[in-house]
Amino acid sequence: MKNSKALQFVLAIGTMLLTLFLLQRGFIFLRDAAVSKIVIVVFAILWGVGGVAALYTVANWIVELLPTDWVPRIQPIVFVGPGLALLFWFLAIPVFRTLVLSFRGPNGQGFDGIDNYIFAFTDRIMLETFRNNLLWMVFGTLFCVGLGLIIAVLADRSKYEAIYKAIIFMPMAISFVGAGVIWKFVYTYKGEGSGISEIGLLNAIVLAFGGQSQPWLLIPPWNNFFLIAIMVWLQTGFAMVILSSAIKGIPAEMMEASRIDGANEFQIFFRIIIPSIQGTLITVTTTIVIFSLKLFDVVRVMTGGNNGTNVIANEFYLQRFTYGDAGQASAIAVILLLAVVPVMIYNLRQFRESRAF
Amino acid sequence: MNAKKPSLDRQKKLSNFFVNFVLIVICLIWIVPTLGVFITSFRNSQNIFKSGWWTILPHREYVKTEEIKLADNVDVDGPITVNGVTRTFEEWRAGVLMPDGTQLIWFGNKRTRQIDVQTLEWKWFETDLSLENYTNVLSGKEIRFKDGSGNEIVRQGNNLSTAFLNSIAVAVPATIIPILIAAFAAYGFAWMNFPGRKFLFTLVVALLVVPLQIALVPILQDYTKLGINGTFLGIWLAHAGFGLPLAIYLLFNYINQLPRDILESAFIDGASHFTIFTNLILPLSIPALASFAIFQFLWVWNDYLVGLIFLGDQNRVLTMALAAIVGEKGQDWHLLTAGAFISMILPLTVFFALQRFFVRGLLAGSVKG
Amino acid sequence: MKKTFWQLFALLLIASMLLAACGGAATQAPAQTEAPAATEAATDAPAPAGVEALPQGQELANAYAGEYSGTVVTMSGPFTDADAVIFEESIKSFEEATGIDIQYAGSKEFEASIRVAVEGGTVTDIVDFPQPGLLASFVAQGKAIDVSTVINPDWLAENYIESWLQMGTMEGPDGPIMAGIWARANGKSFVFYPKAAFDAAGYTVPETWEEMMELTAQIASDGDTPWCIGIESGAATGWTMTDWLEETMLRTTSLENYDAWVAGELKFDSPEVRNALKYVTDIWFNDAYVYGGRKSIPATFFGDAPAPMFDNPPKCWFHRQGNFITSFFPEGLNPGVDYDFFYLPPIDPAYGKPVLGAGDIYAMFNDRPEVRAVMQYFSTGESLRGWIEAGGAISPHNDSDLDWYGDPVTRKVAEVLKNASSFRFDGSDLMPGAVGAGSFWKSMTDYVSGSIDEDTALQQIDASWPK
Repeated sequence: MKNSKALQFVLAIGTMLLTLFLLQRGFIFLRDAAVSKIVIVVFAILWGVGGVAALYTVANWIVELLPTDWVPRIQPIVFVGPGLALLFWFLAIPVFRTLVLSFRGPNGQGFDGIDNYIFAFTDRIMLETFRNNLLWMVFGTLFCVGLGLIIAVLADRSKYEAIYKAIIFMPMAISFVGAGVIWKFVYTYKGEGSGISEIGLLNAIVLAFGGQSQPWLLIPPWNNFFLIAIMVWLQTGFAMVILSSAIKGIPAEMMEASRIDGANEFQIFFRIIIPSIQGTLITVTTTIVIFSLKLFDVVRVMTGGNNGTNVIANEFYLQRFTYGDAGQASAIAVILLLAVVPVMIYNLRQFRESRAF
Repeated sequence: MNAKKPSLDRQKKLSNFFVNFVLIVICLIWIVPTLGVFITSFRNSQNIFKSGWWTILPHREYVKTEEIKLADNVDVDGPITVNGVTRTFEEWRAGVLMPDGTQLIWFGNKRTRQIDVQTLEWKWFETDLSLENYTNVLSGKEIRFKDGSGNEIVRQGNNLSTAFLNSIAVAVPATIIPILIAAFAAYGFAWMNFPGRKFLFTLVVALLVVPLQIALVPILQDYTKLGINGTFLGIWLAHAGFGLPLAIYLLFNYINQLPRDILESAFIDGASHFTIFTNLILPLSIPALASFAIFQFLWVWNDYLVGLIFLGDQNRVLTMALAAIVGEKGQDWHLLTAGAFISMILPLTVFFALQRFFVRGLLAGSVKG
Repeated sequence: MKKTFWQLFALLLIASMLLAACGGAATQAPAQTEAPAATEAATDAPAPAGVEALPQGQELANAYAGEYSGTVVTMSGPFTDADAVIFEESIKSFEEATGIDIQYAGSKEFEASIRVAVEGGTVTDIVDFPQPGLLASFVAQGKAIDVSTVINPDWLAENYIESWLQMGTMEGPDGPIMAGIWARANGKSFVFYPKAAFDAAGYTVPETWEEMMELTAQIASDGDTPWCIGIESGAATGWTMTDWLEETMLRTTSLENYDAWVAGELKFDSPEVRNALKYVTDIWFNDAYVYGGRKSIPATFFGDAPAPMFDNPPKCWFHRQGNFITSFFPEGLNPGVDYDFFYLPPIDPAYGKPVLGAGDIYAMFNDRPEVRAVMQYFSTGESLRGWIEAGGAISPHNDSDLDWYGDPVTRKVAEVLKNASSFRFDGSDLMPGAVGAGSFWKSMTDYVSGSIDEDTALQQIDASWPK
């Protein structure tokens, strides 16, 4: 018995080494082989996905062959370890680096004390970005989650659910550049004068109702709301899909039962649906709050942050890459990180330690 | 009970109508901007600027039927009388409705001395639609220029087929790999006891907000040292790394909410964490996995920056190819109208393919079973 | 069913891995060719006997002798698509003659990608910078190679006019270096007009600013809006406005003041700048002078702005822009017949006929003999000939021939550039990024939109100047 376990162990280690070797070979093949693109693509997918699956399986195999009291200690490393390692490499270490840079000069040299932070909290444009991000956070989240929830609940009762959901979801499939083009055709302003016809949808509607055409993206602070509308249009699909899959998890009998008990649809919504999907609702809200904190593509594509529409992440991008001031850019990034602390604390309340095995 | 039934039915019908009405209104708002650009993508680049996309629909508009030339002795700065009506230049220029139903409108500026007579006519669908933008995007624009001896040279611009394949090679593993890693990690956080669990999870939530731009330079330096810059492995890892916080966070919230009893009974049956994960948790999590898969796929598919930095031009992906066709200063941006739709085809297919996983009772059924 | 799928999958996986292992072994050998080793050998090798140096340098001669055949020189820049194809076409003869493969990759979001590449250590051998200010920040970090050590300085002095060389000289950590060579130029001081309609209407081309303003008023009283202006350009919105201000600065104050202004010594909030700005706003803020009115300026994409000039009848008559704008004109127009340009006239004769321009500068980041050869090649007008003939490029080299220009309008542009009484570079391209690509664009855009006033705009730019 013991022998066979040792043999298995050797076999497992051997398999691990073989897997690693084959993966390395595959990597070299992918990098250097001059074969048709389709072969590369198929192979790349098999190699990448299969490789990761194989590594987990073999690693777990090795762990389960260890003495019984070791298993619970080592197994979490197999489960959580790879994810954390990637997180550290790609995000945590760069964050630390950013923290250091935020106290340094434009090229990452010298020591500037808290100069960069003083800039970040006093500069007129920075203060404007704080206000705008607050608008994005409050209104963007409210509309995304609210609409997403309404659509998810209503669509659940309709025969044409798939069609409605596909339409709401569709903007998610559009790249930001594409979305920029689409919304330019909504907000375009041609100006006033003889022979000028508006080609923007919004102005055409306003004119049709006898109003006057407006340069929508140039009127602070309202232009922020026109930009937020774009994000709502893009991201409601996200909220809808996740909330919808949570609603589908509510046992149908539960709703039927309360219907039979005479509850109306609003009562069902507030007494059954909302409590059942509360966890998911918090998750979706958190995610969208964070989206709106990080958001910069919409602003960059539509207005470039001009006319009072700048946001923190866009200013970070400008400082870092266009102006080349790594110090100020890093300070801005750190502020962005601090903004998420309340969200983090709220989320921890969900974390129930006792349930684990 | 029986007496109540008809009213319940009526109520149901009414609420059905209400539900569909609200949804149709929202969907219309959602689809009109896209529809506009979809129509625009078939129009030629000149018409795009001249009239709104809705003008391709049937409508009535003024059409020129004849023109009136003013005599040279007419003072264009004062009131001008044409066909018995006297108006100033500005008024003529804005158009004057004549008693016979025609509209007279000044052509150009004062120097033309020309007035057009227009009548209101129905115009049916615009016929000047073509697939030109699509062919330009798909097979590459024809680039014409002359060489020194004046011969015209025609070169085909970059076409999208390789970029399309590259995008697939990037997006599929960059979707599945992080989901796999995140599912393991989410399970670990939700159902395994280990020291520092709470702290590490807090870290994951905190990293959600990190803009990936701060990581570009350090990661590129690492990649250069490791020799994986410009390889598929490099970009998968990058997308996995940047996508992981959200993946772990979303999957944790789902896996954490699964009823404890199912796991408990499995443990009693002697299953290990690994078998519970692969045989129980993964199948149960299919709705969550499928929805996250869609999002991750879309983000990777539409990503430009990460591809630009870590994959470079040799293996350029669809977004990079599309960005390139508009030219250095954006002179051909109208091609994006077509490009946006071409790049949407695959993501939408994926959405429809995965949509069948969001079915009711999947979870409820297995809990009972 | 499910199980068979997984078994099949695993089988496929193992099979493909084995395949890869074999394939990998076969292809591994060439992959291991180490470039640095080859480089060292080549740099240390003395110039082979029999190959006489060309005026540009030794390496170019070696290259033509086939010395570097089979080597690769990488290059990156902001131009893509059609321009990239024409560029590749125009260097083909060089590649065929020398066997050097020049691999160009163009990208949008150039500023970000180049900064990440330089800092991340993956920068290409040669980089095309459309804005010298961006290059200056890398030179300050000591990243770029001094090209005067690469290309014979006598040749540079012979083939470029003094002001180009001055603008290519930038401050490095160990003093000023020649940061790069000018590869393409473009002029900005041009007012395009729809020639056919313009002549038919009986207007004449103005020679002075006063005449231009008189004609502007005349066109307005004839019932048209004279100017087409648009400054929208995504994240770079506002640069057209900064060009205008630079033009009027050059025409209302001395070159010394202009240079001081660009260097940050003359404040934006100064009488000189305010005076120059007045000439711009006299046109821009007069709704009767601008197609669509003042508010439409920041909402109009700069490339779409000139289109109404070519409507029938024209909706506007003047468009001031760099010569590259012709690539945005509607297709099928005949240069010199349907459109033409005149030089944006002087305001004060005391300051002559200054020309505002910009250009692309090639900088070198890796020192290998074949890269040197390519740089030396790019310092000749011949390297740009194909692009000039194809249209769209203007040469800053002295040894290029005006006959190469295919259409009369571009030839005229090249002439104006060659004969300028004084030439100054686009100031915003020379200012530090935070100003030249930041607050200057932004504040001017906000000022034009009316969301801030002149005082705030100018003071805000001054405040943003890096200390």
